[in-house]
Amino acid sequence: MKMERPQARSLPKAPTGIHGLDEITGGGLPRGRPTLVCGGPGCGKTLLAAEFLIRGATQFDEPGAFITFEETGEELAQNVRSLGFDLDRLVEEQKIALDYVRVERSEIAETGEYDLEGLFLRLGLAIDSVGAKRIVLDTIESLFGGFDNQAVLRSELRRLFRYLKDRGVTAVITGERGDKSYTRQGLEEYVSDCVILLDHRVTEQVSTRRMRIVKYRGTTHGTNEYPFLIDEEGFSVLPMTGLQLDHEVSNERVSSGVPALDAMLDGKGYYRGSSVLISGTAGTGKTSLAAHFAQESARRGERCLYLAFEESPQQLMRNMRTIGVDLEPHVKKGALRLHSARPSLHGLEMHLVQIHKMVSEFKPAAVVIDPISNFIDNSTAIEAQAMLLRLVDFLKAKQVTAVFTHLTSGGNALEATDIGISSLIDTWLLLRDIEVGTARSKGLYVLKSRGMPHAREIREFVVTRRGIELKQVTGKAGKGKRKK
Amino acid sequence: MTPNGTAGEKWNLRLYTAGQSPKSLAALDNLKRMCEQHLAGRYTIEVVDLLKNPRLAKDDQIVAIPTLVRKLPEPLRRIVGDLSDTERALVGMQLKQQK
Repeated sequence: MKMERPQARSLPKAPTGIHGLDEITGGGLPRGRPTLVCGGPGCGKTLLAAEFLIRGATQFDEPGAFITFEETGEELAQNVRSLGFDLDRLVEEQKIALDYVRVERSEIAETGEYDLEGLFLRLGLAIDSVGAKRIVLDTIESLFGGFDNQAVLRSELRRLFRYLKDRGVTAVITGERGDKSYTRQGLEEYVSDCVILLDHRVTEQVSTRRMRIVKYRGTTHGTNEYPFLIDEEGFSVLPMTGLQLDHEVSNERVSSGVPALDAMLDGKGYYRGSSVLISGTAGTGKTSLAAHFAQESARRGERCLYLAFEESPQQLMRNMRTIGVDLEPHVKKGALRLHSARPSLHGLEMHLVQIHKMVSEFKPAAVVIDPISNFIDNSTAIEAQAMLLRLVDFLKAKQVTAVFTHLTSGGNALEATDIGISSLIDTWLLLRDIEVGTARSKGLYVLKSRGMPHAREIREFVVTRRGIELKQVTGKAGKGKRKK
Repeated sequence: MTPNGTAGEKWNLRLYTAGQSPKSLAALDNLKRMCEQHLAGRYTIEVVDLLKNPRLAKDDQIVAIPTLVRKLPEPLRRIVGDLSDTERALVGMQLKQQK
């Protein structure tokens, strides 16, 4: 006899359209059910709710109703305008219904029994007026400030959530974070399907926003904290995608931009889609080497994104011109994009999210991050490693060749990486001071390069007006004594 | 000004209900009784059934049912509940001063 095995089926979901959120929830919020979004003041819950509704109306043909208890419609429209959404127009086009429910304690005296039927009628009206499939209640806890009778409020809230389920609308309820519970009024008691926690914290004056899915009934979901960003295009949540090692691997090779270095790497250069680390002490030529690669990529007609965290684009172009690397024409043609930012300006996650966005939008074949050291210095080792892991995986999944430069301090043993990223790196180039005879100069060697036979000896590394040259090191100093 | 307002002043009251619910009916009865007692001859009561016209719940910011709104005399006052607590109802309407 054959046993029928019930198919593992996950709940129907309503996509949010929010970058990254649908990935970590496996497709969106539970359809036709309420989701609780909670967090402290300024964590972005209203914006998340608004974006869910607006994207529903604009991308998924699901009109929505926004019931706000705290902001007037005007204030709300203004807030979401900062994310690039035109709420007024959506209201005009009957894609979104807006109702500001004002509850002010001072205005209301209570005598005897009552219920919140007025609120229900308003919800019904808002839903019916646009045929809403989605609804936001922001922040329903305000009712607790307006009415005395807790027993009535609690039973009405219970009725409210039942009503929303009966209407089959996908609801987002926001709540203020409480001391001991997720929300001050314990809303999680009523909303049991999905709870999302938002967090905004500041560590050493750098702020990071994070999101965690506390609960999602009937769905496997990530329990990690996911960094997210709110900018002029709305929310972006950074999923930890690609943590499986299953990305496609290319056999194609790309030039490093320095023929002599290509020669050291089996005569062909880097693998496409691999990650390359160039580390060395200050002034050893890391940026020069990275710039050669960027120029070579652009020359081949492949897009390259160069993220400079120490120099402005102008300064970088000027400096590289002096060693015969002219980046400007490639920038003008659009093959090369230079982007500068101060690493301490944002938290680690913000940078990561931004890099994600730039890569997704510009679609480069190569990315240079010059240097990654600053990130590492600005954060704890674990955070930095996690970030690099995500970054490397993300770039690999997209078959982007990545070149990172890393400044090692003189005191450290050069081969030791303070962040243990060696395992993430496919090709590792080391630049360092060497002694040739009585003179001190720079040396380059290939510490490792996966999947290819590579040169083992140290080469003298000379930066000329026409670019980088590598020479055979002569004499006994060829062993390369390390300098402090 | 006396607690009962200036003599001859017109009172304009509006009671928001949702159909013929027991709470709504009780509120109307209680309201009529208080008005006859304190405002005989100078009040009007308008009953608004929000089931028939839900738009007004939005326009007039009604959340709880029943809600009594004192439109005149100014300032506007709101009282929620079936008005069974006469003492509080009178204070809420400012027909009586709080003790």
